[in-house]
Amino acid sequence: MPQLKFDRDKCARCKTVSCLTKCQYIKLDAAAAKKEWQKIINGQESFVLEACTTCYACEEYCPHGNHPFYMLVDRQEEKGILPSPRPIITMWVNQCEPVGKFTVGMLQERALSYCFLHHFNALAHGELFKDLEYSVLFGQEFFCNAVYLHYARTSLIRQRLATVLENIKKQGVKELICLHDECYATYTSLAPAYGIEVPFKPVHYYEYLIERLKALKGRVKPLGLKVAYQRNCSTRLVPHIDNVLDDLLKLIGVERVGRQYDRQNALCCAELIRMGKGPELADDIQKRNLDDMQASNPDYVLFNCPACWDALAEKVAERGLKPIHVIDLCRMAIGEEPALKLQKIETEV
Amino acid sequence: MIDVYTELTSIVDKDFVSKNREELYMYGRDPGLMPPHEPDYVVMPSSVEEVQAIIKLASREKIPVVPKGGGLSLTGLVIPQKGGILLDMKKMDKIIEVNESGGYAIVEGGVTHGALKSYLLKHHPELRHSIPDSPPIATVVANAVIHGQGRLTQQHGFNSEMVSGLEVVLPTGEICRIGSCAISPHWFSKGPPMPDLSSLFFGWFGTTGIITKLGIKLYPCKKYRDPMLFLTDKAELVPDIMRRLARTEMIEDLVVTAQPIPLRYRGNFYILFYITGDSDEELEFKRKMCWKALRDYFEKREGGFVSLVPEMKAPMLSMPSKDTTRFADVSKGGGFEYSGPIAPIEKFPVYVKKLADLAEKYNLFYSSAARMIDGGHCMMFSFSYTFNRADPQTMKKAKEALDEAAEFALDNGGVMWKPNLDEQKLTMQKMDPNTLGLMMKIKKLLDPNGIMNPGNWEVSR
Repeated sequence: MPQLKFDRDKCARCKTVSCLTKCQYIKLDAAAAKKEWQKIINGQESFVLEACTTCYACEEYCPHGNHPFYMLVDRQEEKGILPSPRPIITMWVNQCEPVGKFTVGMLQERALSYCFLHHFNALAHGELFKDLEYSVLFGQEFFCNAVYLHYARTSLIRQRLATVLENIKKQGVKELICLHDECYATYTSLAPAYGIEVPFKPVHYYEYLIERLKALKGRVKPLGLKVAYQRNCSTRLVPHIDNVLDDLLKLIGVERVGRQYDRQNALCCAELIRMGKGPELADDIQKRNLDDMQASNPDYVLFNCPACWDALAEKVAERGLKPIHVIDLCRMAIGEEPALKLQKIETEV
Repeated sequence: MIDVYTELTSIVDKDFVSKNREELYMYGRDPGLMPPHEPDYVVMPSSVEEVQAIIKLASREKIPVVPKGGGLSLTGLVIPQKGGILLDMKKMDKIIEVNESGGYAIVEGGVTHGALKSYLLKHHPELRHSIPDSPPIATVVANAVIHGQGRLTQQHGFNSEMVSGLEVVLPTGEICRIGSCAISPHWFSKGPPMPDLSSLFFGWFGTTGIITKLGIKLYPCKKYRDPMLFLTDKAELVPDIMRRLARTEMIEDLVVTAQPIPLRYRGNFYILFYITGDSDEELEFKRKMCWKALRDYFEKREGGFVSLVPEMKAPMLSMPSKDTTRFADVSKGGGFEYSGPIAPIEKFPVYVKKLADLAEKYNLFYSSAARMIDGGHCMMFSFSYTFNRADPQTMKKAKEALDEAAEFALDNGGVMWKPNLDEQKLTMQKMDPNTLGLMMKIKKLLDPNGIMNPGNWEVSR
């Protein structure tokens, strides 16, 4: 089983212990943080292991790229800590198990990864995805499994990832455009951190969109809009991608408004926190986040992750704000209609 | 010797009387596993007078009569075991009255749940009735006759308990009103404060008379409805979780699902329930109370709520649920049947173990939906197995598994719901002989010629 490449010396030399001192949910000064972190590294008990909300942010806070979050999750698993109730973890473990049912489109060497998210059925069409819209991988056979970071199961990721990578390779895919950045983070951060070789080139869809928009330069009309961005947990694993978003928004004439809960101080969608820590914390996080979005007076609230969309888009709309996905914003810039709509549920009685 | 067909066509328009092979074939079977047996005639009456005339004819000539609604019981209850006349009630499809202030509807014997739901949505959107999770062609009357359950059963008991009056044609041909409507123009009570005679017609599967009109209670239709899903992996915790939720008096329907596929179900019990409200505040309050009721299971990590995304909520909110239909084709071939004992909720762990054991023994796919009844006083627990209709071997295995499940359920405190003939026999064998004697006396008194749905509730000679 691949092991985490973790350098204890980096942590020993670290003065800031940013992984814990910057944590939005645990309040520790540098000295206390150092002590707790050392306990974690040494495999001892630490309250942090229980208190962690699994927001992934410490992975970004570490200035040394030493993978504190992966280390913490490894330790949670070793100690049998359950970040969520056991049945919730069981549900997740079971529902994404590869069973040999391959859902593929008309694959080319360059393909889109839908992850396990149906939202991309609506989103990944039109001029931006011309020639690629049917070159698609979907479902548990190609599922990146990073979600198990929320459930203290890095062993499962390591175990299943080998199968998933092999499945993708067998499809003849050389370049995989990851529409969910959790997949991109798996292939460019998680896999290398555990020394797992990725047999194709992962591309983040922001990078792909920039490429396409440049190719469609004549059709791009600056939108002149202001957006409040909902930054999701998995971007914490690949923080450089946040800058790529800035480049993308610049290209389509969109301003990412400054607000309290963006960039490093972003708040996650909190639905996994609801399942793990209960409704009070989740409600508080969502309220602060939504209040802040509203205060920034954006034209749209911008979503990257479909899971965040599911958690927050309706609540955003209830506040009179307009949710939109990054892909749809780019579609608008080339004169196409947004495709991802709020799902209307008939409340039959 | 009289020509029954000609006699029938003198009562009912000849277009609605048949002795054609293709119709007799269709009316001789149901979607379950009981062997088919064809009627001699199929008739679709359109009024109580026509029903009365048919019954008088049948009574005089001692011809069996089987009334049929949607024919969806799966347990062969309307398979005409001794031939005779099959009365398809679906032409009696009028919704006669909706009494807004009294909160009830009066419907004819063939009105379907789908039609009533649709009518109420259109004309009385503030009222609703208890919709069962059978296909919408299930009739309101037949569902009450079998003591069906629906979406309001957790709060108000069996659908038959929501009945507010009856018009019945007795096996000897008299038209009889039951409940307040026997005395008053208002259909507000099926019995009290009078002797409750309605129970002479529920659970008897048409052996005591034919219900031609029925009053059914309607309940407030809240503006908002939201599903909540709690999971646990320990069967022994399920009864307490059900009980706690019931005792909040905050929840509408509650169903516990146990099945190995789709994979997300494996290893867990899915406790799905609903909260309703007229405002966000009301919903939020109920949501919090339900969380509070189960908080310690959450803290102990033994159970947890699933955050439901819109994609998951949509099928949960569809009414009736389409899950049963989906499950029916799991093993391909479109067959499924369940044995559904009504039992104390504390029996959940032993029943669910038996469910899985039988599936393994007979190599079948299984599923169970346990619906809480009347605030947790009991539950309906379905032992459901699928089979391929084109494969007699899987049908035989499913039948054997169901027979074994029924025997187990009866030995473990349950009472069979809408039992097939085999289950009826088991039930009568187990029943207090004096009770059985009383049942037989009542049946004989009401149906002296033994013409009504013969084969059902009959003691073997």
